[in-house]
Amino acid sequence: MSERTATTTDPNPTTTPDEPTETEVTSGSTAVVRALENAGVDTAFGVQGGAIMPIYDALYHSDIRHVTMAHEQGASHAADAYGVVHGDPGVCLATSGPGATNLVTGIADANMDSDAMLALTGQVPSDMVGSDAFQETDTTGVTAPITKHNYFATSPDTVGDTVGEAFALAAEGRPGPTLVDLPKDVSLGETDREPGPGKAPETCRPRTEPDDAEVEAAARAIERAEKPLLLFGGGVVKGDATDVARQFATEHQIPVVTTMPGIGAMPEDHELCLSWAGMHGTGYANMAITHTDCLIAIGTRFDDRLTGGIDTFAPEAAVVHIDIDPAEISKNIHADYPVVGDAGRAIERVDAEMTASPDAREWVEQCQAWTDEYPMDYAAPDNEPLKPQFVVEALDEATPDETIVTSGVGQHQMWAAQYWTFREPRRWVSSHGLGTMGYGLPAAIGARLAADDDETVVCVDGDASFLMTIQELSVAVRENLDITVAILNNEYIGMVRQWQDAFFEGRRMAAGYEWCPQFDKLAEAFGARGWTVNSYEEVPDAIEEALAYDGPSVIDFHVDPAENVYPMVSSGGANGKFALTEDQL
Amino acid sequence: MSDSQRGLQGPAPEERPHPDGRRNAQGIRIDPEAESEHEPRRTVLSAIVEHEPGVLSRVAGLAARRQFNIESLTVGPTTVDGHARITMVVEEPDPGIDQIEKQLAKLKPVISIGELDDDAVRAELVLLKVRGEEPDKVHAITEMYDGQTLDAGPETITVQLTGDEHKIDDAVDAFRRFGIIEIARTGQTALAHGAKKTVPGEEPATSGEPTKPTPNTK
Repeated sequence: MSERTATTTDPNPTTTPDEPTETEVTSGSTAVVRALENAGVDTAFGVQGGAIMPIYDALYHSDIRHVTMAHEQGASHAADAYGVVHGDPGVCLATSGPGATNLVTGIADANMDSDAMLALTGQVPSDMVGSDAFQETDTTGVTAPITKHNYFATSPDTVGDTVGEAFALAAEGRPGPTLVDLPKDVSLGETDREPGPGKAPETCRPRTEPDDAEVEAAARAIERAEKPLLLFGGGVVKGDATDVARQFATEHQIPVVTTMPGIGAMPEDHELCLSWAGMHGTGYANMAITHTDCLIAIGTRFDDRLTGGIDTFAPEAAVVHIDIDPAEISKNIHADYPVVGDAGRAIERVDAEMTASPDAREWVEQCQAWTDEYPMDYAAPDNEPLKPQFVVEALDEATPDETIVTSGVGQHQMWAAQYWTFREPRRWVSSHGLGTMGYGLPAAIGARLAADDDETVVCVDGDASFLMTIQELSVAVRENLDITVAILNNEYIGMVRQWQDAFFEGRRMAAGYEWCPQFDKLAEAFGARGWTVNSYEEVPDAIEEALAYDGPSVIDFHVDPAENVYPMVSSGGANGKFALTEDQL
Repeated sequence: MSDSQRGLQGPAPEERPHPDGRRNAQGIRIDPEAESEHEPRRTVLSAIVEHEPGVLSRVAGLAARRQFNIESLTVGPTTVDGHARITMVVEEPDPGIDQIEKQLAKLKPVISIGELDDDAVRAELVLLKVRGEEPDKVHAITEMYDGQTLDAGPETITVQLTGDEHKIDDAVDAFRRFGIIEIARTGQTALAHGAKKTVPGEEPATSGEPTKPTPNTK
């Protein structure tokens, strides 16, 4: 349908006796909303704009809760985090051109972390596409590399089915973001066609049931291991395989390390859990990876922040790799025993195939000895500036066990991941693969809306990271979201400063943020509550007051600007050679 | 908090025991004393795809952004409405070829993809425009390679040749003596030998029926 025809069509006629209700599909945009409703979507994040207006107009009649964000990047991060906590894909909307391009960071972030998300973008009318029309961007072109698949809607009759398919595809198999670009004439065009039940396309059906031979080979390899080690990745969390994975570890008494996205797949206070491995992972996790003779990796893509240098990664281990995405098998680390399938199902099958547990008592003792040898600890004298690690521990102690923690990206993110004890999945919401500064606050908004009312949501952020999306505080205030933001403020892009000191002879080019605003006052200006904390003595009261406040609160912890993140595996280095101080890098 | 310097403990990096094993660039465990890298090889991949706008760009874009080296890429419709076959010549080590196949298989429009055996039937087409000063000799070479003259004038002669890569290479060499003005090669296209399936799940058609692949499950 052309734009000219479309603009003469009133999608919501008020003169007819039968005013459209949420049960009636009258236009492309109502079909889109119907598809969302069919998929069970109850919350969406976005920003209004010219080309997406018809979709918003259709949302006017829907029960779907729409949260207007301050910036589209916030919408995509909020939708991402909503999906991580909720389990179903999060939904975000933006208009064409700058609206769509502002979503891009969040889409790329979701793509790197395999987070299910659906993005809907407005587009200029079909007959103007390619003319460099006002607010036109080739959105499907821009987002093709960072989506599982994207769609350019072509007809009001089929757009509902397309949205249903995109939503289903986002969650199917290995999750990820999908996008539907909606030209205005398609949204406005008339149709009465009800979208069918959304399902992923035939060509994207993953193999969920593992192959018999693969299962058998993996089981034999695990049985004969003397130093077996389980590596739980984000796929264990996103595949809802946590219970099965934990049971497997405890039944066979196999130590567990996780990746950062896999945090919470195993309770971090469990005696078999060695916490997370990688560049800033625990010394004991990295020692275990270095010395294992059988690494059973589940739902991980062997990111370089995990592996360090490929040549020295788990150098003596036979690798059992369970993953639902066949393309991850032997992509970075060769899998000696690949098992393609759903994580939970694969673990069950391997477990059933095993006739004995590996004899690994000495190995388990060795792993526990490493936890004594390389404890996660930090120097915290009374009279020095506040240590950021202490703040994280204090927050963890003051909050319930199953608190949801979001973070930005930087040193604060590492300290949060290191010093918070996570016991359950979907409680650690962070930007892992893309490393997006500014993720924390909008993610906290998304997480808050996905969580139960009685669950606590804390955002651990850095000063520089917080500044990148600080405008979303206005959303938290407007929606009165009970979120506690804890800024570990060292007036630096701290991780950059740490690298400059270690690898650039201390030339701190463009790392300083001495001009940081007074975040407590800024919080108050937004309508939130704010505190500034400079000393150990002030920490407990500020945390208690912020947690007690029913609404968004910001605690600006002024922490030791000289503190660095350790342990550290240098980029491309060997996991087992993590540094404990700068001298060892 | 105590005033004591707690800090991190344990032996320094060099004092820790470290295994002798190592992996090569593809993450494969190797003999610590031996070099073992996979050498690149040329191969042909064939994919059945949904013939929709942008499919070629998705395939080519994926290969480019993942740093796979495509030698040639051809695409054309098949006997099934809405399907097209993409034939891609790549040069990569074995793990790279495996990755290209698996990554392409993940694309929604890719229905099925497979690597062709060495005995596959391969051909490409080339148009050559040479100087027209020696038409008889040009004609002789064209005949020698079973080519056709498409255009001949006092200044230029344009010929068409088809065949496998070696034949085309030889023919191009042979035409060099006349001075090649312009050349356009299509890149290889290929089908599996005999009754073999070109892509996994592809059912070679019997008379009157279209060839249909089943979706990729690799």
